[in-house]
Amino acid sequence: MLVEYINFMKDRADDILILTTQHIQLSVMALIIAIAIGVPLGILIAKFPSTSSFVIGLANAVQAIPSLALLGFLVPFLGIGSTPSMVMIIVYSLLPIIKNTYTGLVNVDKAILEAGKGMGMTEIQLMRMVQLPLALPFIMAGIRIAAVTAVGFTTLAALIGAGGLGQLIFRGISMVNNQMILAGAIPAMILALLIDYILLLVEKIVTPKGIK
Amino acid sequence: MIRFENIVKTYGETEILKGINLEIKDNELVVLIGPSGCGKTTSLKMINRLIEPTSGKIYINGQDISQIDPIQLRRNIGYVIQQIGLLPHMTVEQNIELVPLLKNWPKKKRIERAKELMHLVGMPPKEYMNRYPKELSGGQQQRIGVARALAADPDIILMDEPFSALDPITRSQLQEELFELQQKLQKTIVFVTHDMDEALKLGDRICIMKDGKVVQFDTPEKILKNPANEFVENFIGKKRMWIQPEHVLARDIMITNPIKALPSRTLAQAIEIMSNSGVDSILVVNKENQLLGIVTAEDIRANKNNAKRIEEIYTRDVFTVKPDDSILDVLKLMAQKNIGYVPVVNENNLLKGLITRSALVNYLGANYAE
Repeated sequence: MLVEYINFMKDRADDILILTTQHIQLSVMALIIAIAIGVPLGILIAKFPSTSSFVIGLANAVQAIPSLALLGFLVPFLGIGSTPSMVMIIVYSLLPIIKNTYTGLVNVDKAILEAGKGMGMTEIQLMRMVQLPLALPFIMAGIRIAAVTAVGFTTLAALIGAGGLGQLIFRGISMVNNQMILAGAIPAMILALLIDYILLLVEKIVTPKGIK
Repeated sequence: MIRFENIVKTYGETEILKGINLEIKDNELVVLIGPSGCGKTTSLKMINRLIEPTSGKIYINGQDISQIDPIQLRRNIGYVIQQIGLLPHMTVEQNIELVPLLKNWPKKKRIERAKELMHLVGMPPKEYMNRYPKELSGGQQQRIGVARALAADPDIILMDEPFSALDPITRSQLQEELFELQQKLQKTIVFVTHDMDEALKLGDRICIMKDGKVVQFDTPEKILKNPANEFVENFIGKKRMWIQPEHVLARDIMITNPIKALPSRTLAQAIEIMSNSGVDSILVVNKENQLLGIVTAEDIRANKNNAKRIEEIYTRDVFTVKPDDSILDVLKLMAQKNIGYVPVVNENNLLKGLITRSALVNYLGANYAE
């Protein structure tokens, strides 16, 4: 059975490689955009705490929408292909990034903030020189969760013609071909773990030495 | 000069500060002290505008600080808080260079200044510059905290209970160092503490606060001598008296029932009294208990063959002190005359007690031990 699976993979190596590349492109792009939206949003709600429950609540609610429904809902507006897929992936990976950025920032010791402020830091300097570096481990943890989520949701992108490893899975399901399902699922899993591991290394590198 | 003018601070219904008027002179170290909730930290943080008063004004060198940009104001005032005040993700060097960096000093000047300050607080830059705060002991962290406050050479330094988290030995060491530093640098320092010992050790003047008001603002000596009210008295505590030795009187430390004898006693009786009481000298008094002199075991031994009674041999010129003389007078007398005991007599020469070296040691020991 294992031999058969390996042979199956070998036969379709080219196909799998292309789909994996697509998968990586989609999820990484979406993740980058999610970071670009989520981190500033997290910073913003940490600065204006009164908005935090609304924003986090909203992100929570969006997260609760069944992914297939969201995908179906996006098609009439954005058509099919990578754009709606990307939007879906972004929407689902936003929550951990926003939440962790916010939590990391508001949990910075008040005394440290006051020390910074007392030395004459402006709000921006305080954020850049004190709060963000100290919240970095939290933010990175959020990004890692988001990355794994993104890789997982990217498999759904195949449903609306954006490619990726999901294509093998759905084809396998419709053909009742377990080997084909696995040919999509196992690389997707490995991909998720790999991205998580890479981000863990990034986290270790960017975390200030003094707070390790 | 820092001047508080009718500073009031209210949070909702509660009045934290009820009209504070203070004048802190240049180059003096003023300690704000009081029980928690008295408003001392609030007052301190108003100087660098971390807290704004509800009403009233604070002037630094005559300038109303509410008219100064708080960012610029803070960069020109040193600020030391408890241990946690060092930024944990920055090295010792980066921490010290923080304010110079905010003030855009060139890098070379910043590094030089950091090294200079590390030497000043006794931490060799080579060894410590690249360490992180968590790699330092509490005392070292606080030294760096002080160095950081001095970095941009501010005239005013605010210190908010900087040593309170330290163990007692490190604390008193740092107090010593701060005192020396202040002798050298002559900054205007406002220092908040709840520890009276610390206040007495460091303060040129001490401002005692209670319930948002200044109860007494004076030099340590005057506060100890003339506490404004019972609160201050209790706050400084009776045991503080030894810090001001002139407040400890002979009557406080004397033995009230010294061994004494009439001059008509025989030498044999005198020896007997001494050995029973475990002393080596007896005060000689008359029937009215007036002090006549003293006789020692040695005197008796030397004269046991040619004398019979105490009156024939006792020393008549004895140095005495009055009950209201201070411990300082007593110590001075003992040192000058090289004597181990001083009888205490009143103005009528009536014997009231005796101060011995061991009584002194016991007294001081008991007060230190507290």
